[in-house]
Amino acid sequence: MATTTEPRTTAPHEGDAPPAGALRRRLAERGVDRGLLLLLPAVVVIGALFVYPFLYGVSISFQPLQGGGPLANYAEFFGSAYQRDSILKTLRLAVPVAVVAVLLATPLAYQLRRDFPGRGAVVLVLMLPITFGSVLVAQGMTRVFSTYGWVNLLSGALGLGEHQYIYNYWGTFIAGVLTTLPLSFLLLMGFFGGISPSLEHAAATLGAGRAARFWRITLPLALPGIVTVFTLALVEAFAIFPSAILVGEPDNATHVLTLPIYQAASQRSDYPAASAIAVVMTVLEVVLLVVLFAVRDRLFRGTSSGGKG
Amino acid sequence: MTLTAFITYAAAAAFVLLVVAVLGSVLVESLGGSWRSGWWPDGGTLEWYRRAWATTGVARALVVTFEVGVAVVALSLVAGVPAGYALARKNFPGKSALMLVLLLPIILPQITYATQLAALMYRVGLGGSLTAVILVNVVPALPLVILITVPYVEQVNPAVEDAARVFGAGTWRLFTLVLVPLLLPGVAAAGVLTLVRVLGSFELTFFVSSADTQTLVVTIFGALSNPGGVAAGLTAAMTVHYMVVAVVGLAVSLRFANPVQALSRR
Amino acid sequence: MSAAEPTTGVRGGGSRVGAPPQDRAGGPIPPGTTSASFSSLRMEGVSRWYGRSPALLDLDLELSNGEFVALLGPSGCGKSTALACMAGLQPLTTGAIWRDSTRIDMLPPERRGFGMVFQNYALFPHMSAQRNVEFGPRMQGAGRAERARKAAEALELVQLGDYASKLPSQLSGGQQQRVAIARALAVEPEVVLMDEPLSNLDAALRVELRTEIKRLYQERGLSVLYVTHDQEEALSLATRLVVLRAGRLEQTGRPEEVYTNPASAYVAGFMGYRNLFSGQVSGAGHASPRGRTAGVVVDGTRLTGLLRGGAATSAPGAPGDPVSVAIRPEDVVVGSRGGRGNELDAVAEVVEYHGRELAVQARTAGGSVLHVRTDQHVGAGEQLTLRIDPERVLVFPGAGAGAPGGEEVGRGDDH
Repeated sequence: MATTTEPRTTAPHEGDAPPAGALRRRLAERGVDRGLLLLLPAVVVIGALFVYPFLYGVSISFQPLQGGGPLANYAEFFGSAYQRDSILKTLRLAVPVAVVAVLLATPLAYQLRRDFPGRGAVVLVLMLPITFGSVLVAQGMTRVFSTYGWVNLLSGALGLGEHQYIYNYWGTFIAGVLTTLPLSFLLLMGFFGGISPSLEHAAATLGAGRAARFWRITLPLALPGIVTVFTLALVEAFAIFPSAILVGEPDNATHVLTLPIYQAASQRSDYPAASAIAVVMTVLEVVLLVVLFAVRDRLFRGTSSGGKG
Repeated sequence: MTLTAFITYAAAAAFVLLVVAVLGSVLVESLGGSWRSGWWPDGGTLEWYRRAWATTGVARALVVTFEVGVAVVALSLVAGVPAGYALARKNFPGKSALMLVLLLPIILPQITYATQLAALMYRVGLGGSLTAVILVNVVPALPLVILITVPYVEQVNPAVEDAARVFGAGTWRLFTLVLVPLLLPGVAAAGVLTLVRVLGSFELTFFVSSADTQTLVVTIFGALSNPGGVAAGLTAAMTVHYMVVAVVGLAVSLRFANPVQALSRR
Repeated sequence: MSAAEPTTGVRGGGSRVGAPPQDRAGGPIPPGTTSASFSSLRMEGVSRWYGRSPALLDLDLELSNGEFVALLGPSGCGKSTALACMAGLQPLTTGAIWRDSTRIDMLPPERRGFGMVFQNYALFPHMSAQRNVEFGPRMQGAGRAERARKAAEALELVQLGDYASKLPSQLSGGQQQRVAIARALAVEPEVVLMDEPLSNLDAALRVELRTEIKRLYQERGLSVLYVTHDQEEALSLATRLVVLRAGRLEQTGRPEEVYTNPASAYVAGFMGYRNLFSGQVSGAGHASPRGRTAGVVVDGTRLTGLLRGGAATSAPGAPGDPVSVAIRPEDVVVGSRGGRGNELDAVAEVVEYHGRELAVQARTAGGSVLHVRTDQHVGAGEQLTLRIDPERVLVFPGAGAGAPGGEEVGRGDDH
């Protein structure tokens, strides 16, 4: 290999197209070389266990078990007002959950963006709901929020009367906030922490007070990050599942999109129907992602350097 | 302290208190006798724990959870660390599209692909098996490993790798003598954070597992949603097992990794 | 930081002057090379494209055994790309690299047997100074004792013998770069590649380590390919300069050749000609011992200068032809009226005190800004008469060829 002599190609000139060398060279120049083999295992895994199943799901969704044409599963879903309304019920739950979670998490993440004693402990406690997941959060909520639970005991003792917090819309809503808020908080802390303190210091030397620094410097820089976090929170809340069953009203107010999927797959073993609804759900999520990220990129083209990630 | 800061801290304290109450109530429930109403149960007991071990398959679920966790972490690291390295270091046509596909499994909620994956697993005859549970859990774990690995690789000065090559190290020795020692903290962080996530992963396992291959979370969900009604103390005792495992995992992971850094790359 | 340098006060290193050059044949031969000694290393027609933009265009470059070649140019001129191609860290788009009669451009970097010193040191952060230096010999298959001996020797050579067990993070920048140099020497390389090794250091350390590199080059009989954007560094170290411009070779020659006789306004800008103007030919001049002269007009001011570059050999341009005019600040004399040569009126606008002399920014009657160095006393706002020997005014054909791009240029402009 070391002594192969290739005929010299003619000297290239500026403005020309790059000269055509050996294919291997041309590819190597663009970054395509054997180093890319490192990606192979991951690509195989995601291809075989994510992309292919996804396409497989789409294809079986057009092969309904009961027959009736390729679109029967979709027709059935959209034909039934009860099933169709689950889309609205999902939005009615996911949007408020994401809004509340981000609204609460933003000031919190801003205040806690710098290191302080005890930050590790706070992060640990906030990580717990993420780690335990919605099943455990829902389980714990039954004792805290039930009619005879701690919250009602407290509000009774304070003379505020008792309220029904779970087994209805609010149960699932609270569970959603409990799991979505910590995630939003951690992501936002990264965004706020990524804004160089020197920018605020510079603003301070130019006469900006605390409020002006927040509203005019930090928030505009963090805004693309906040939109990103809101989008991720919304998509996450879109798929509320165990808590809709455990602390919601699964037949009525919290009959969200995941429940027909669950019923078709787990109770009827009708995977084509479940896949059809999952496809509907995926399309909605992708639309949300694309629209919100497009809005973000449109609004904040200039501030892209504000946050990291 | 300004008023806004005070309100923020008060809200934070309330939220933390709520989280502690939600999780603490499970612990109290598991240790208590009958608890129909009132602040505390009537008397303490370890009976629920005894019954959890004896009847509900907690032991079996714990073993499965452990097996799944270790296998998923191992597979994700083997596939994810090299991929994270390549994505951090190389530029090639189609890189951002590939990155998107590789990360989609953790951007999209698991339930959007859980049933299709389950259907496929049953189709190829793996439905309900431990293998299937492990394979499906690799799907969201792998992108997490990639996400955590990339910033760690970026911290390693590429000139250090150039130096190793110039001074005579081939690919193998470049990895074993230079890259692995430098990336070890990142790999450890990725492993532990992935383990914690796998422990709590519900939807994928739920749709793919059978009675013998349930992880602890799925077993608990089964007990909670059982229309026949499993005693609250019993499910609480099951949950406490899980909580202990997860808290230990979480504490260890926080020693290794800054979750803010890891998650903000999501 | 520099106070921690172990070398302070050991300047001259008398005990080391007599160190015999390394016996190259004694060291293990790097795999991929066929004999222990080379006579020349050549790049032939090397181009490197990034997508559709070229970083190197048809570059020919030769390094003979024992030479110290400095690749000089502003950032983006392709000098670092050339070095990376030589090291094997970047693939070539076209062309070849030859080590005598062996083609080496398809060899991976680990089989080329070069030593390399990087701009940001690139020490292995998890290894002690000694283990860093041992790395190369270890890759060559040296045994434990042998590589320890080589590491100790190399660290001694850069006067860091006492720091062998320190981690890079425990060393100052200057010390880290010394370790990096030791690491490059420990493999007993045929050629040492250096990629702006001094640019991360502060001014005092830079000069100190520069002398150190020169000493090592002389004592060890090294062959060095050295990349820099600093003309002072290049002039003081190299036996030959290669000036690059936009990926092409602009001029090559011994330092004093390039310094006294730059081939273009671009090179002149690098060689201390801080005053670069665009002008037009106004009339033919006469022949002088150093070449032909010509009359030029810059912003309304008439000057006589020496034709250089293409204009020196071909016929002088017709009146009105665009030219670039280059003048060194130290060639401008602040003086009285009525002498020979070019005479200009100007006003001193900014005066900087530089110790033995003053740096004056003057505005000529025509409105141009002229940089002047003088040992005479000049006050800001003072009216000046400036005089420039026509032989010190270089006239290059073509306009706008001046100002070598990039603010990196000319850290050592004024020496």
